[in-house]
Amino acid sequence: MNKIWDFHGGIHPLENKTQSLTKAIVTAPIAPQLTLPLSQHIGAPAKPIVQVGDQVLKGQCIAEAVGPVSVPLHAPTSGTVIAIEQRTIPHASGLEDNCIVIEANGNDEWRTRNPITDYTQLDKNTLIKIISHAGISGMGGAGFPTSIKLNTRDDIAIDTLILNATECEPYITSDHSLMREYADEIANGVAILAKIIKPTKILFGIEDNKLDVVDGISAALAQHDFAALTGLATEAEVITFPTKYPSGGEKQLIQILTGKEVPSGGLPAQLGIVCQNIGTAVAIHNAVCLDEPLISRITTVTGDAVNQPCNYHVLLGTPVEFLLAQSDYQKNQSARLIMGGPMMGFALANTAVPIVKTTNCILAPTEEELPTPPPAQACIRCGMCAEACPASLLPQQLYWFAQGKELDKLEEHNIADCIECGACSYVCPSNIPLVQYYRASKVDIRQRKVDHQNAELAKERFDARQERLQRLEDEKIAARKARQAAAKLAAEQRGKEDVKNAAVEAAVERVKAKKAKGVQESPAAKESENQANIIATESDDPIARAVAKRAAQLAEDAANPENKLIRAIDSAKQRVSKSQTRVVDAEANNDENLAIFKQAAEKAEAKLASAQQALIDFRAQSSAQE
Amino acid sequence: MALMRITSPHAHNKQSTSDVMKLVLLATLPGVLALTVAFGWGTLINILLASIFGLALEALALAARKRPIAFYLKDYSALVTAVLLGIALPPYSAWWILLTGMFFSIIVAKQLYGGLGYNPFNPAMVGYVVLLISFPIQMTVWAAPIELLPASVSVPNLWDSLLIALGFMQFPSVDGFTMATPLDLLRQNNALMIDDLKQQYSQFGQWGGTGWEWVSLGFLVGGLYLLYRKIFTWHAPISMLLALALMSALFYDGGSSASSGSPPFQLLTGAAIFGAFFIVTDPVSSAVSNKGRIIYGAGIGILIFLIRKWGNYPDAVAFAVLLMNFAAPLIDHYTQPTTYGHSKKSKS
Ligand code: SF4
Ligand code: SF4
Repeated sequence: MNKIWDFHGGIHPLENKTQSLTKAIVTAPIAPQLTLPLSQHIGAPAKPIVQVGDQVLKGQCIAEAVGPVSVPLHAPTSGTVIAIEQRTIPHASGLEDNCIVIEANGNDEWRTRNPITDYTQLDKNTLIKIISHAGISGMGGAGFPTSIKLNTRDDIAIDTLILNATECEPYITSDHSLMREYADEIANGVAILAKIIKPTKILFGIEDNKLDVVDGISAALAQHDFAALTGLATEAEVITFPTKYPSGGEKQLIQILTGKEVPSGGLPAQLGIVCQNIGTAVAIHNAVCLDEPLISRITTVTGDAVNQPCNYHVLLGTPVEFLLAQSDYQKNQSARLIMGGPMMGFALANTAVPIVKTTNCILAPTEEELPTPPPAQACIRCGMCAEACPASLLPQQLYWFAQGKELDKLEEHNIADCIECGACSYVCPSNIPLVQYYRASKVDIRQRKVDHQNAELAKERFDARQERLQRLEDEKIAARKARQAAAKLAAEQRGKEDVKNAAVEAAVERVKAKKAKGVQESPAAKESENQANIIATESDDPIARAVAKRAAQLAEDAANPENKLIRAIDSAKQRVSKSQTRVVDAEANNDENLAIFKQAAEKAEAKLASAQQALIDFRAQSSAQE
Repeated sequence: MALMRITSPHAHNKQSTSDVMKLVLLATLPGVLALTVAFGWGTLINILLASIFGLALEALALAARKRPIAFYLKDYSALVTAVLLGIALPPYSAWWILLTGMFFSIIVAKQLYGGLGYNPFNPAMVGYVVLLISFPIQMTVWAAPIELLPASVSVPNLWDSLLIALGFMQFPSVDGFTMATPLDLLRQNNALMIDDLKQQYSQFGQWGGTGWEWVSLGFLVGGLYLLYRKIFTWHAPISMLLALALMSALFYDGGSSASSGSPPFQLLTGAAIFGAFFIVTDPVSSAVSNKGRIIYGAGIGILIFLIRKWGNYPDAVAFAVLLMNFAAPLIDHYTQPTTYGHSKKSKS
């Protein structure tokens, strides 16, 4: 017998399970209209592949999976697609989402089914594909696509398969009745699961308030030779343990059955464990052995506001009010309507929402049964919440920090590990809606993370922009300085200008005279050039030197206009190469200003070309002159 | 009927904070009964007046803070504070002592900090310590156990007791009517064997002090009842009593009065049991985790012994509790329980 462990905390709320267990599972009639939300699972919503007006057959795929984390959707009965539109979905938010609405034609006519006679011949991937095409997502909790959970990485060995038949929430008996009436199907599903993940141990966990089904399940499991299926010495064992909420939480169940804790933020697979709900096991059996996709489930309808509580085998998409009517629902006695159990279920906004893949219970309590909680009183730090918390958190501290919106403190106190089981709120004598605070805080923390990432991005962008602006600014300053220097020089030159002008005039005179007399030299020009050169090379003052150098250049230019053009070409060349490197950089960094840089580079090239042209023209001119 | 939209969980334990407080009040009964049998009506009058003052002050403070008065009065926390202070004060305390005490308990220690749940210090103990420091004479006069009164002294009846407390009647100044408590005697005498003291002073009983033994037993019964009803966990009170017992065992030398008495004497005398189950267990001002509460309780136990042995006050519970109230946030910081999935086991 497998040893069992205890987990910290937990509570013992009134079970209220017997009410819905007096009868066998009832097959609910087909509702006139079925509403099928495209998103009944965690992950991307399915994409409709039918159109309004299309005739569909029972089991026909009506929406396909999008991307890896998604599951398809199938028509629960034959009929006509009458709408693909926004409808209120069963969700705590009471929001609308895309749904396919089918009007049943009453024939309940199946598409052709191709049942597989011997699944033991199929390999892992084929089986997973069948499961994924059948639209199966976890039927106990959040609705995670089952095929993904089964498709474990090859480098992680899974040695334990856990079947969750705990059903620890009060009132809910859908798994209990499933075990009473579908033991063989469950066992068959377990066998298929064993074939897929090849565990050495199969642990079937049941709370000890359901002992009546243990023999049946054990017998059904005994029909299978698990060792042959896995090729290992695999054995399956039904394990019962004391009833305590929330022992059905995946993490808690793993702790009960293996003594191990799933690392914070990690997955059971890291411990070599895969956990599946028994409802999912039956769905897998149906998909593989009957070629029937997930189109129905067992749902408990209970609470004092229904006169005939029982479990229904109900088609997905059936409106809650239709199902309630089958149980003689007393609307005027019903204070609230809960989808799920009293601990983790959510209150429905209206009765028109449909049953979905995860709907294990519709609870219609009267006010006496689940009274409206009185207004919250002050936290007296009694610690009852901490006593009850299965995650060993300090709920009263979390509450304190949540009130003060101290997100860092909340994270430090591991709010992320809160499973929102509600045990703390249940025991709190001051009736503080603790879980509500934690949910809100988790949203805040998530929001902050997103904001933080956005801010990082914005900062990067801002820094890049600042850098660019700075560079442009630097260039501008450099250019301005150059211009100023030139202006200063020009001003200084002006004094000399007269001299120069005189010199030029004189030179012109002399040239004229030379032409007349045949003299070649221009001594005055030569003299001013020499003077500048001397200052340029000998002065200690850098500014004076620069000024003098420029003066020398100017003088040189005056003497030889070609120099100026050559220098223009040089600087244009430099600018072109600079702008080109910038374009290359920008391309490498994916800079948003790439276009601007490219433009600048083109301009620089154009300038270079014109400078070169100018030189060519000049040379042509002067040679023509000579 | 419109459907109610509230978030999970939808089921709640029936027990409310008011119920918790009412149970605490109920659990004081045996102890109060023993006090009354042992020392006369004084304690009951204390409780009566303290309750009236406490509720009035609480209502005033709530009105000043613009809070719904009836809603908060119904949490019974002010009543609990009043009853605890009434028990802790010497029987037949004057009305102005009670009023001052309640003022510091309710207004200063509780409402100024933000009301129930926000007070870092135990309100009743704050009131008690303020009184002890301000009115040392009145606070150290303890009525003599009735069974030790000389035949000539008659015990005031209920009405007279009330008149005494209200100041309309003189406290019987007869010598025998008040007596030093056993703890006082032990502190004042150093050079004698405890057995000699016992011979000399009738205040010493079989184990603790005359009358005190029954009082302690009464509070023990009440405390165990609360423990049984899961109003608090065993961690703080038991570790406090254990620490106190251990300390006295450590320093007990077999019988000299310098050694502060045997463990049973330390446990059954003064406010040790009362403090363990009714003061140390005050959730608001204590450490929060179970581990933290063990440390918190042990700290109080050790401090009680140290102050009883070397301090100058008649009893040490109030000081010890307030000192550990100071330390509670620090204890909390170092005793956070390991969250699921964070243990070394799960990390490896
Ligand atoms: S159970 Fe409620 S009152 Fe008690 S410590 Fe927790 S939050 Fe505070
Ligand atoms: S809801 Fe969160 S904090 Fe409260 S008991 Fe459950 S896990 Fe602990």
